[in-house]
Amino acid sequence: MKTMLLSFACIAVIAVGAWYGLHQAGFSIQEVTTRSSVRLD
Amino acid sequence: MFRTIFALCLLSVVALSSAVMAQAVRPPEGAQTPREATGGAQTLEDILARERGQFVDGSFRSDNIGGNIDATQVAPALGPLGAASDADIWRRLRFDKAQVTLSSDGAALDPASSVTIQDAGMWWLDLRRGPLATYGGYLLLGTLAFLALFLLLRGRIRIDGEKTGRRITRFKAIERFGHWLTAGSFILLGITGLISLFGRMALVPLVGKEAFAPVAQAGKWVHNNVAWAFMLGLVMIFVMWVAQNIPNRHDLKWIAVGGGLFSKNVHPPALKFNAGQKLIFWAVIVLGVSISASGLSLLFPFQLPMFAKTFVILNDTGLPQWLGFGPLPEALTPHQEMQLAQLWHAIVAFVFIAVILAHIYIGSIGMEGAFDAMGSGEVEEQWAREHHGLWLEQRKSGDDPPGATPAE
Repeated sequence: MKTMLLSFACIAVIAVGAWYGLHQAGFSIQEVTTRSSVRLD
Repeated sequence: MFRTIFALCLLSVVALSSAVMAQAVRPPEGAQTPREATGGAQTLEDILARERGQFVDGSFRSDNIGGNIDATQVAPALGPLGAASDADIWRRLRFDKAQVTLSSDGAALDPASSVTIQDAGMWWLDLRRGPLATYGGYLLLGTLAFLALFLLLRGRIRIDGEKTGRRITRFKAIERFGHWLTAGSFILLGITGLISLFGRMALVPLVGKEAFAPVAQAGKWVHNNVAWAFMLGLVMIFVMWVAQNIPNRHDLKWIAVGGGLFSKNVHPPALKFNAGQKLIFWAVIVLGVSISASGLSLLFPFQLPMFAKTFVILNDTGLPQWLGFGPLPEALTPHQEMQLAQLWHAIVAFVFIAVILAHIYIGSIGMEGAFDAMGSGEVEEQWAREHHGLWLEQRKSGDDPPGATPAE
């Protein structure tokens, strides 16, 4: 059961890591599809 | 008396005039209004056919986009450089035939930004809210009902023989980790995906829009980001178990007796994975790869279109034509690509969830001792003898198949 709980914890870590990493790498939809010339914020 | 006669006359006049008007509006059966009679616009037949839900060839509108502004091509009737009315321009935008120039560099980054109007959205929305949700829901409820009925009739599949008290390692920690990484992420993806599809129709009436909004938003975050753990788990279980899931002659014997699932004291021989588990494995791999591909297409909007290319390949095989679908569209707008990706993602998900419900059932309440294989990793030796007899013999003789758990 420890392995199961460890894998569940890893799911959370991977999810947060993916979200953070993709945003840091500029893969958010805002950064991918827009530029400052068409977005005010 | 006079009042009655007057009323009857009035009714007759109204009825007669209605019939005459209907005659005037509705053309006789089979009559066709020439397109020229409407100045090239749609005819009454078009409108009536659309009302009946029949296909209407819209080329008279999609091709009616005014003069050709491309001077390199043949000049149209309205001038050497062509000319277009407001309606022509709107039709160009509507049918994605306008040469749209953006003031930013967005077009290179986002292919969808140059498409200002696309009209496949309602078809997609109707399909998503209608048949997709309805039949998908029936599939899941039907699967649960079938499993409940199976449990009622068959009962829990017990270990038939005398328990030995000895336990044998069936799955190593890394195997269980890969399984639970896939399983845990799949359950999260399944729940959040169902919230995404059924939330508006099932949850909003129960909890209200204000309470549903944060749930939907959190669900979207979980769905988008947990997907990576699922794909990693999928790779892990494929690498670890593919060699032992190649079909062999023992599978035929297993299938011939239904795996012994429907009768007591029937235990067909099986290696590490029996035919039923192999079916689950390959279903998970095939459906998992397919749902990951469409999921990536949705995760990076407009960046990974795949349906137009797939349709070209399918059309070349002649399969869609043979099945009566005709050639599938080979030119799709970026939005249509996304809509098809969403539909395919959901269809595969429904089938996937149904398969996994059966897997969860047989791995937990459906069979005594089965959960231990993925819980602690160790199973009762008698359980192994009944369900994986050949594998147990290999383990005891030290002749494990490649990649199998080494003997302790």
